[in-house]
Amino acid sequence: MSNAVITDKGPSTLRGASLPKWSPYAIAAGSVALGLGISAAAGLSSSIQWALIAGLLFVLGTYVIAARVEGRRQAKDRVATALVWVAFLLAVVPLVSLVWSTISRGVKVLDFYFLTHSMGLVADSEPGGGIYHAILGSLEQVALATVIAAPIGVLTAIYLVEYGRGKLAKAVTFFVDVMTGIPSIVAGLFILSIMLMFDMQPFGFAGSLALAILMMPVVVRSTEEMLKLVPNELREASLALGVPKWRTILKVVLPTSLGGITTGIMLAIARIAGETAPVLLLVWGNSLINANPFEGAQQSLPLYIYQQYANSAGAGAAYDRAWAASLTLIAFVMILNLVARGIARWKAPKTGR
Amino acid sequence: MAKRIDVSGLTAYYGSHKAIEDISMTVEPRSVTAFIGPSGCGKSTFLRTLNRMHEVTSGGRVEGKVLLDDEDLYGQGIDPVSVRREVGMVFQRPNPFPTMSIFDNVAAGLRLNGSYKKSELSDVVEKSLKGANLWNEVKDRLNKPGSGLSGGQQQRLCIARAIAVEPKVLLMDEPCSALDPISTLAIEDLIGELKERFTIVIVTHNMQQAARVSDRTAFFNLAAVGQPGKLIEIDETERIFSNPSVQATEDYISGRFG
Ligand SMILES: Nc1ncnc2c1ncn2[C@@H]1O[C@H](COP(=O)(O)OP(=O)(O)OP(=O)(O)O)[C@@H](O)[C@H]1O
Ligand SMILES: [Mg+2]
Repeated sequence: MSNAVITDKGPSTLRGASLPKWSPYAIAAGSVALGLGISAAAGLSSSIQWALIAGLLFVLGTYVIAARVEGRRQAKDRVATALVWVAFLLAVVPLVSLVWSTISRGVKVLDFYFLTHSMGLVADSEPGGGIYHAILGSLEQVALATVIAAPIGVLTAIYLVEYGRGKLAKAVTFFVDVMTGIPSIVAGLFILSIMLMFDMQPFGFAGSLALAILMMPVVVRSTEEMLKLVPNELREASLALGVPKWRTILKVVLPTSLGGITTGIMLAIARIAGETAPVLLLVWGNSLINANPFEGAQQSLPLYIYQQYANSAGAGAAYDRAWAASLTLIAFVMILNLVARGIARWKAPKTGR
Repeated sequence: MAKRIDVSGLTAYYGSHKAIEDISMTVEPRSVTAFIGPSGCGKSTFLRTLNRMHEVTSGGRVEGKVLLDDEDLYGQGIDPVSVRREVGMVFQRPNPFPTMSIFDNVAAGLRLNGSYKKSELSDVVEKSLKGANLWNEVKDRLNKPGSGLSGGQQQRLCIARAIAVEPKVLLMDEPCSALDPISTLAIEDLIGELKERFTIVIVTHNMQQAARVSDRTAFFNLAAVGQPGKLIEIDETERIFSNPSVQATEDYISGRFG
C-alpha cells in the first residue's frame, strides 16, 4: 500500500515554470527601445529622461512578466535584482561621463612640459605654463598632513579599541564624531584665526594643519573598524603565551589588520587631496615654484584648478589648463587607491599551503 | 619543572554575575587533571583564572587564592604576564596567528617575549613541533602560513606554540572538540607524553577522554541556570568513574541528568 503511494508521483513540487536565462536582457532591450520611442514621440530631448523611463519600464516589466510566468515570490526576487542593476547604472553613468569629459578635455595641454613647469610669469589668459608648482605644493601639504594625522589617528583608534573603557573613551569617540562633521572651510578658518593671532602670512604648513584636522577622524574611524575585525582569540592566544599587551598589539593585532589600516589611510589622503577651501584661506596660491612649505604662499592642485577657472575671464587656455590639472588630480587619487589595494592584497593574512 | 597548583576559596565574577563560587582543589605536578561538568558550569572560567586570563575579559574579577608552588598568583606585585609565561594555555578553537608562517607561529612566544638566542630558535621550533607530533607533517613547509593546515594540525600547532615557551603548567580548554577521532587520539597520546614534563589540566565534555587521559577528575556543577558553578568533587579518575562519593557525579557520568 505504501509502495503504491510512492510510485504514484504527481508533478514535481520542486520545479516550477521559469523564465529563460536571456529574459532579463530581452526585457532590458525592450525597455530601452520603448523608452527611446516614448521620448521621441513626446519630443523629450534630454537623455536623462529616456534613461529614467527605460529604467522604470525595466523594473515594472520584470515584475509583470515574472509574476505571470513564475509566480509572485520569484517576481519579487527578480525585481530586487532589477533594482540593484538600475541603481548600479545610475551610479556608474555619471561617474563614467565625468571621467570621460575630464580625460577628453584634459589631454589637450597635458604633456611633459605642463607637468614640469610652473606658471611663472605666464598670464592666466595666455597659453603656456604648467602645474609643477601645484603638484609640488599638493604633495608637500598632503604629505605633512598625513605625517601628522595618520599616527595620531591610528594611535587614537588603538586606544579606543584596545584600552578605551569608561568616560574618557566615550568622550574621545564623541569628539571624533564631531570632528567628522567639521566642514573643511571651518577647519580652515580655525587655523586662520590662530595665524591672525600671531600675525603670520599664508604658508603651506598651515594648510597641512587644516587638512590634518579633516583627515584625523577619517583615519580613526577606519582604523577602529579594522582593529575590531581582528578576532579576540588572537589577542588571547598571544596574551596566554606571556606576551605583554603592548607587544601583542604591536606584533599580532597591527600586522593582522595592517592591510585594512593602510587602505583607510590612503582613502583619507585621497579625500584631503581634493580639498580647496582651507588651502585657499591658508596657503593662498602662488604662480611661482615655492618648495618650502614652512614659508611663503604655495600652490596646490585643487586651488590651481579653481584659480585658473575663476581668473581666466573666459580664456580657452586657462580652461584647458584647469581641465588638465583636474585630470592630474584624478590620476593622483586613482594611483593612491591602486596602491592602497595593492598593499591590502599584499598584506592580507595569508591562506593556502 | 612542573609545578603544583593549590586553589583555595576561589570565586570569579563577570561584572556582577558570579560565575563560579568558592572552589578549592589541588592539582598535582606531572599529572593530568580533567574537568568535567555540564555546559555553563564555569569550567572554562575556572581554567582561565589559573593563568590570570580571566581578567582579560571586561568585568572579569577574581577573589581567593591560587598558589603555584607556594606563590599566590593573585598576590601583590605579581605580574600577570610572568604568570602566563609559566602557565600556558591551549584554546578550544585552533587560533594560529594568520600573518605568520608555521615556523613563526611556533617561535612566536619566544620572539614576542624578546628572550631568545637566534641560534637556538630553530632547535626549539623543531623540538616543539616534534613534541606536538606535527614535525613530520610540516617539516617541508615551515615557511608556509599556519592557517593553511587542517583543523587538527592547527590545534597541534597551537600546542607546539604553547610548549615552545616551556611553561610549567599547560591548560587545555576542550582541545579536541573540533577534531576527528584520529587527531583526537594523536592529541591524547601527546598529553600522555607531555605530562612527564608539565602539569596538565584539561577541560573536556568527552567522558571516555577524561577516563583515558586523566589521573584525577574534577566534577563541576551548578544548582540552576544563573547560579554560580561549584566544584562537586575531585578524586582519582578511576574512583570518579567507578564509585564516586557524590550522587550527582554518578548521575552526570551515567547520563542520568535532567
Ligand atoms: N565573557 C563573559 N561575560 C559574561 N559572562 C560569561 C562570559 N563567559 C562566560 N560567562 C558566564 O559564566 C558562566 C560559566 O561559563 P563558562 O564558559 O566558564 O562555562 P563552561 O563550563 O566552560 O561551559 P562549556 O562547557 O559550554 O564550555 C556561564 O553562566 C556564562 O554565561
Ligand atoms: Mg568552556
